[in-house]
Amino acid sequence: MIHQFKNNGYHIVLDVDSGSVHVVDAMTYEIIGLLDAGYAQDAVIERLSAQYKESEIREALAEIAALEEDGTLFSREEYEAHLADVQTRGVVVKALCLHIAHDCNLRCGYCFAQEGEYNGEKALMPYEVGKAALDFLIASSGNRRNLEVDFFGGEPTLNFQVVKDLVAYGREREKVCDKKFRFTLTTNGVFLNDEIMEFANREMANVVLSIDGRKDVHDRMRPFPDGSGSYERIVPKFLQFAESRQQKNYYVRGTFTRYNLDFSKDVLHLADLGFRQISVEPVVAQETDAYAIRKEDLPRLFEEYDALAAEMARRGKRGDSFTFFHFMIDLEGGPCVAKRLSGCGSGTEYLAVTPWGDFYPCHQFVGNEKFLMGNVTEGITNTRLQESFKGCNVYAKEACRNCFAKYYCSGGCAANAYNFHGDIRGVYEIGCALQKKRVECAIMLKAAEAFEADERKEEMR
Amino acid sequence: MKHVKTLNTRKLQNTVKKGGCGECQTSCQSACKTSCTVGNQTCENSR
Repeated sequence: MIHQFKNNGYHIVLDVDSGSVHVVDAMTYEIIGLLDAGYAQDAVIERLSAQYKESEIREALAEIAALEEDGTLFSREEYEAHLADVQTRGVVVKALCLHIAHDCNLRCGYCFAQEGEYNGEKALMPYEVGKAALDFLIASSGNRRNLEVDFFGGEPTLNFQVVKDLVAYGREREKVCDKKFRFTLTTNGVFLNDEIMEFANREMANVVLSIDGRKDVHDRMRPFPDGSGSYERIVPKFLQFAESRQQKNYYVRGTFTRYNLDFSKDVLHLADLGFRQISVEPVVAQETDAYAIRKEDLPRLFEEYDALAAEMARRGKRGDSFTFFHFMIDLEGGPCVAKRLSGCGSGTEYLAVTPWGDFYPCHQFVGNEKFLMGNVTEGITNTRLQESFKGCNVYAKEACRNCFAKYYCSGGCAANAYNFHGDIRGVYEIGCALQKKRVECAIMLKAAEAFEADERKEEMR
Repeated sequence: MKHVKTLNTRKLQNTVKKGGCGECQTSCQSACKTSCTVGNQTCENSR
């Protein structure tokens, strides 16, 4: 299976099964399209000889044949059998999202956690619950060494002493158990201070700092309980935090909604403020929410992604680049097939833990009792649900089978699928459309980088 | 090649046998909490 697209002046061919990316000239792009549609070589020559020299067409056909021979174009691989191998291995848990506080000091308009409370009562996770969660993780992780724990909320700095105590406990246990904890913190920044930053810089492998972009955009959706905006309060702290981490191992992370369909301006605003690691994602909402992205918004959003990618290519050329999480793609060292087939790991290797110790498949399912999986003292009790998540992958979703992006999104977000179709094996069409556009932009940026490197080499000669 | 520039040398087919160690990062533990992005995670063994 191949996928062809044009972006920012590049003609790109993705060979889906091998993951190979070819940038070709306009003629070769047409030839590959015709071959893919079933034309024989002679028919291709006949069809294109009015536009191009026959010798050139034959030359391109020879190059295409060489790629095919090499397994990097028109490759056909059946990975489904391999998926069975991966799935028969026992399930291990290697990542937990700890809901340290079901409470928040902001009242974000789009919060899936219902202002931090996840449809329930305000609650803070007691140390004993967190400790039991870490013990469960160590005991359930089999021979996996790297264990991930995200301190999430609500707002985890509302219960920061417990965060510190759990990190201390984890550090003590990892030595004894030959494990390595990677702690991360997701915060809205309101309570950030030097002490928290210093602690995080010592202990947190990554921090996620919530900010949506321009002041008016941010303040509209992320106000304090009294309705006033939080932008001015958090920006100086986030800038200080990013600098204190040498502009590495952090993300400023925002959400865009129907209210700021021109979100590329928000991404660039964050870059212009001085942030170098940026993630801005579409909101997940009910169809009835006024701020929810609608199908008719898609063409506009595609333009935004394209414009953002083109601007990033320009900035990259002048040495002013920044990372946009959703355009990151690692063509050489990315995940193996097993990872790409099995998806995000929710409900299997990744679980969310409530303040009182209940397990859910991920942070997005917390509060929906149908998805209660167990708890820190009894472990996984709903093994049927676990099996259901284990079986949720690109081959279980009909819409994914013929999608060029299947090895990049790995079947998409189960929570989105459930929210929109009542089934974790459904697909969230708007999310799919945006994901495909992002993969194209990410690949285009790789093409731009490669051509830029070639140009530099030429100049050096 | 004159008409084609290939950007990568690694083929997915080659990761079938060696892959699957599971040590890589869980995608929602990084910077996405609402959209699944597996393809941009880094393989722990290629570091």
